[in-house]
Amino acid sequence: MSAVTRMRTPAEAALIERFAAEKATLPGAAEARAAAFARFETAGLPSKRVESYHYTDVRALMRTVAPDFAGKADGMRQPETDEPRISFFNGVLHSVSNLPPGVSCEALASALASGTARLGVAMGQASDAVVDLNTAFAREGVAIRVAAGITVPGILHISLTDAMAAAMPISSRPRVIVEVGAGASLCLMESITGSDGIAYQVNSVVELLVGDGAKVEHIRVNLAGDKALVLSTLAATLGAESELMSLNFTSGGEVSRHQSFITYAGENAKLRLNGVTMLNARQHCDNTLVVDHAVPHGESRELFRAAIDGEAQGVFQGKIIVRPHAQKTDGQMASNALLLSDDAAMSNKPELEIFADDVVCAHGATCGALDENQLFYLMARGLPRAEAEALLVEAFLDEALDAVSHEGLREALAAKVSVWLSSRKTAA
Amino acid sequence: MAAVQETVQTVKTIDVDQYKYGFVTDIESELAPKGLNEDIVRYISAKKNEPAWLLDWRLEAFRRWQTMVEPTWSRCHYPQIDFQDLHYYSAPKSTAGPKSLDEVDPELLKTYAKLGIPLREQEVLAGVEPQNRVAVDAVFDSVSVVTTFKAELAKAGVIFCAISEAVHTHPELVKQYLGTVVPTTDNFYATLNSAVFSDGSFVYIPPGVKCPMELSTYFRINESKTGQFERTLIIADKGAYVSYLEGCTAPKRDENQLHAAVVELITLDDAEIKYSTVQNWYPGDAEGKGGIYNFVTKRGDCRGKNSKISWTQVETGSAITWKYPSCILRGDGSSGEFYSIAISNGMQQVDSGTKMIHLGKNTTSKIIAKGIAAGKSDNTYRGQVSAHRKASGARNFTNCDSLLIGQECGAHTIPYIESKNASAIFEHEATTSKIAEDQLFYCMQRGLDAESAVALIVNGFVKDVLQQLPMEFAVEAQKLIAISLEGSVG
Repeated sequence: MSAVTRMRTPAEAALIERFAAEKATLPGAAEARAAAFARFETAGLPSKRVESYHYTDVRALMRTVAPDFAGKADGMRQPETDEPRISFFNGVLHSVSNLPPGVSCEALASALASGTARLGVAMGQASDAVVDLNTAFAREGVAIRVAAGITVPGILHISLTDAMAAAMPISSRPRVIVEVGAGASLCLMESITGSDGIAYQVNSVVELLVGDGAKVEHIRVNLAGDKALVLSTLAATLGAESELMSLNFTSGGEVSRHQSFITYAGENAKLRLNGVTMLNARQHCDNTLVVDHAVPHGESRELFRAAIDGEAQGVFQGKIIVRPHAQKTDGQMASNALLLSDDAAMSNKPELEIFADDVVCAHGATCGALDENQLFYLMARGLPRAEAEALLVEAFLDEALDAVSHEGLREALAAKVSVWLSSRKTAA
Repeated sequence: MAAVQETVQTVKTIDVDQYKYGFVTDIESELAPKGLNEDIVRYISAKKNEPAWLLDWRLEAFRRWQTMVEPTWSRCHYPQIDFQDLHYYSAPKSTAGPKSLDEVDPELLKTYAKLGIPLREQEVLAGVEPQNRVAVDAVFDSVSVVTTFKAELAKAGVIFCAISEAVHTHPELVKQYLGTVVPTTDNFYATLNSAVFSDGSFVYIPPGVKCPMELSTYFRINESKTGQFERTLIIADKGAYVSYLEGCTAPKRDENQLHAAVVELITLDDAEIKYSTVQNWYPGDAEGKGGIYNFVTKRGDCRGKNSKISWTQVETGSAITWKYPSCILRGDGSSGEFYSIAISNGMQQVDSGTKMIHLGKNTTSKIIAKGIAAGKSDNTYRGQVSAHRKASGARNFTNCDSLLIGQECGAHTIPYIESKNASAIFEHEATTSKIAEDQLFYCMQRGLDAESAVALIVNGFVKDVLQQLPMEFAVEAQKLIAISLEGSVG
């Protein structure tokens, strides 16, 4: 029996051609890129036959590759603000403003060329086709450093805005590398926005090195345009005694896949991964996590909540790995989905892979409609059905927002939940 | 929390070097030439004196199989299987087919006696009905050597015989149902089975009949360099009920032997099939040498409304177990259950679980799976629960726990939960506290400690199945189920 050779899709062929043309001009060491691209070339774009992409067939979704943005980003304007902000337009670094003391930021190309930053530092043992593609082509991006012991006030906002002033689809592949020094603390918001009606493609990767004893919050807000394909990855390694909270907040994009690859590098680190997903129409959103407990005494908590309406599809794939000798690991994962319409669908795959015998790991996954009893209770108290529904959904989703410590941001996100619910109500 | 001492001890008693059924029966066998080609398929068919339609069915499957690629997605690792280095047919020379008990080779009877399987029909004492009578179909390598209690079952209208016999005596039933649950195109090993299947059991329970006794099949691999490819087909017609149990063992050998069976269950309206397995194939030695590759396709089709299929499995044997007894819940109101205890020791690898496919309205399913890994073994639960668009009101509850003993083993859980219907309610739990909190409380209130209370409850839900197992197994299985859930890692 011979191995099956697959046909290359136009997208795959275009990427191969493009890499050959571009590779000489890409910054930094060529080996890592070549290795990443070689893996891509062998396997191609991940299809549903690839276990970790079973529910999100990138090969079928990305038949063609949109060109990179060729215009100038200089003319774009961001609203004036005092907040520390790093802006990308159409995948191109536009501006860095209001960086507080102790925080430095270097353009990716120069950081790679000088060797102060390296691609893939936070990937641990994880390997992923979408990240490989970003690695192979990474040119635009930044390397951020937070000095040891610094508490960064407010929110550092990384703004990724796409398909602006572009009538045609474009593709963008920003790469952000953040190194948070020992004992420092940082709240990082990554916003993914863009124009509606344009089928643009984003493949963003944030690599996060959390130093010993550091505290980091990472809030990924996906409000991408309604035709966008968003592939967004967070790769993080956790130092000893460190804490990371990462939230995926999604209501945008036509197809979104958020990946989180977290590796415990030091003992006693704490992780919280939360998700709030609101889908409508024919949206598809996939939250995929790999939490790799490589050392003992790690703690992880995952809570993913999804409200799915219309003909939308939700996907949750969570994998907790406990390596041999990673004793006393404590992992708990929950994925709960509400299906709000007859045509909504949800797929859950909460996975455990355990090689140590003195650990506590649990997962739970539920999926169902709103509880009729609860609805009845509220309606008996005079609420119209739509309002009763909204109230229940809001309470359900907001629980996953509680982990956001910045009050203003938490309220802003809660407000987005309300807006989504009221738009749903008028549609109904 | 680590495993409690009692559990460690109990698991040790069934470690791979404690395998009790590893003896070889010295009996002359008739073997098909090694290798696999159309001639071998024809040879097997001719040996069974099969009608032309079945030979064509086999050949079609074989041609299909030749175009298929071996699947590699399981969490099992093994060297490439050389499908040409096997005998696909092996039968004791003394037995040219199932006969009456008196005609069976005494050597075979001795073998089964040694395995604790009574191949005799207990005499009925005047006025005293023997309890727990079990009719046994004994399959030795590629043939069924005897089926007991046939006459008595026939009185109730129950057909229980080797499938090779059913092909001749009830061709219309075999033709109507064979391959309708697991089609010949289903998967690599099922297709291989369709081409070369040897013996297995055939059961038909007519409408409204509750099978008067337990049915069971005992599979024994004896000859070296052979594979066993049995095929079992059980049909419960409207309102019928049957409880069926299979056991399996094999001698200790240095080589790996392939066991690729297909089991098809069909329930029509209001019927119920209870299928239990005590799988104790030779697991290989402590270094992982030898042992059976148990690559089996088992599937039940709840075709009628309000029908029910329940799978219970106690898995302790095999070098590699790779199987997912599944239920297709097609009929409205039908229900599926899966209870499994999989214990791996030594170098064993288990990738097992179930699929509950909800197609009909108000279908329900329940999955309770317990995996225990010790030594250097890997134990994976992989399960799928899916609700079709039209499966309104579907319900599933899944609870799977796993336990590790030692630092060199692995336990994994890979559930796939797919819902396409808003009114379907799926719950997947991997915690122990959720299991009948009120029952636990009730037991503990009466003075049991938490551990014995859990053991009692777990024992309770499989008890009625275990009681029906042959004595030898019942004791062993009871012990296994009493293993504490304490220290489960979810």
